[in-house]
Amino acid sequence: MRQLNFSGEEILETISMVRTEQLDIRTITVGISLFDCVSDETQALCENVFRKITRVARDLHRVSSELTREFGIPIVNNRIAVTPISLIAGKVGQDRLLALAKTLDRAALELKVDFIGGFSAHVEKGMTPIEAELLATLPEALAATGRVCASVNVGTTRAGLNMDAIAEMGRIVKRTAAATAANNSIGCAKLVVFCNAVEDNPFMAGAFHGTSEADSTINVGVSGPGVVLRAIQAAGNVDFGALTAVIRRTAFKITRAGELIGRAAAARLGIPFGIVDLSLAPTPAEGDSIARILEEIGVDRVGTHGSTAALAMLNDAVKKGGAMASSYVGGLSGAFIPVSEDAGMIEAAARGTITIDKLEAMSSVCSVGLDMIAIPGDTPAETISAIIADEAAIGMINKKTTAVRLIPAVGKKVGDNVDFGGLLGHAPVLAVHSDSSARFIARGGRIPAPLQALIN
Amino acid sequence: MPSQPKGESSASLSGRAIITIIGSDRVGIIAGIASVIAEANVNILDISQSVIREFFTMIMMVDLSGATLTFDELNALLAGKAGELAVRVEMQREEIFKTMHRI
Repeated sequence: MRQLNFSGEEILETISMVRTEQLDIRTITVGISLFDCVSDETQALCENVFRKITRVARDLHRVSSELTREFGIPIVNNRIAVTPISLIAGKVGQDRLLALAKTLDRAALELKVDFIGGFSAHVEKGMTPIEAELLATLPEALAATGRVCASVNVGTTRAGLNMDAIAEMGRIVKRTAAATAANNSIGCAKLVVFCNAVEDNPFMAGAFHGTSEADSTINVGVSGPGVVLRAIQAAGNVDFGALTAVIRRTAFKITRAGELIGRAAAARLGIPFGIVDLSLAPTPAEGDSIARILEEIGVDRVGTHGSTAALAMLNDAVKKGGAMASSYVGGLSGAFIPVSEDAGMIEAAARGTITIDKLEAMSSVCSVGLDMIAIPGDTPAETISAIIADEAAIGMINKKTTAVRLIPAVGKKVGDNVDFGGLLGHAPVLAVHSDSSARFIARGGRIPAPLQALIN
Repeated sequence: MPSQPKGESSASLSGRAIITIIGSDRVGIIAGIASVIAEANVNILDISQSVIREFFTMIMMVDLSGATLTFDELNALLAGKAGELAVRVEMQREEIFKTMHRI
């Protein structure tokens, strides 16, 4: 075509990526600073928070549907991330934090967004009274709200691990499971425990608007495991050099689409564009799975020997391709391996091919950690704390973000199925080790920050 | 904004769009789609047809800058016409293809 600088073949490739390979923009997340909302009075604080969120993001839903139609690429979720609530709550007060959680929920409902993140605290070094209260409020806050997501950062490479906070989080995860027992302990699906949390992550449940961010910002999370899977299938039996080239090329295209739509959204909303998050995020839809990609690379079933290496290669190739495609890359940027949100992972978990130990190993080479894993409801709090400590140690030593989102589903045993609905999917309950870690957790204190040299 | 169709905000977009028509070949497809486009005062810049991946495919590049309808309104009319003609029609802004396939 005279006017076109791309071919019909390329046009059809884009269309079929969307139609048959589930290419989508996983989320447009508006980050909003709440620092200018502070007030002594709980009611005034809540009102300021509600007004600011609903003012800044009032057109999010409309703009996002406009862009979906104009570019022909679905935008699956619109989300809000706010300043960690522990930083703006100001003072400890009866029910103040709970009122804030309900305010965030109300703002999300008003804006028609499915999740709002930032009911959060950063306690990697120590805990203020307000942060301790926020942690204590989590079970009730997550039970009383439907859309509020919470995160707690318990370690960083520079500060080490706060083992007192990790001990506390084991108990809080258990209490959150109990508080939402009637709904398959779904409260735990909205609670992430981080090491090295990032300030511009657009993905839930761990999104919050970091203190170094501008007043508001647009961050975009792209997706596309289905597109990568199809490209690898089409490449056939090639060696790893050729395989990474295929993945890089595909990641480039996906990321460019994300950047274009993010910038268009930013322009229409009058909010500065922040970053594209290069993560490969699976959904429960068949084919939209990280596990299937690893199986296509050559392991018969995800979890068997070779899975970690295959994932490392995939993760790195996605980042290399994506980094070329966008001026500003940020967020978590890596392949996610949530169990309940990935059809191939669910299958491997049900067959016993994938275990919590293998998932831990895999999380050391990708984003983001032990994610959406159902474990027996009678798992002791100390065991959950020890799992968090293991995962946080991987993040601390390897200077990367790691996270734990475990669901000790009340009343469920190994092999039972827990259904969370929608994008959160369903998961068979995985076994944890039965030997106790109680004495380890009871020590308390901090694990010091690691050396930054002598790093083998 | 001369380069934007009616009612759209600017996002430094060109105002050009690609209309893709996929289906089985028959009389009147181009005429049907072209009449919808012409009524909205949208100029066809280029048009091609070929068989790609076993599908009979027509691709039009159009200029929305003088359009009397919004992007959504035109999209709805095209979808209606596509139903009548038993083909699939998509209209997407040109930029999505440019960004995905060109460095």
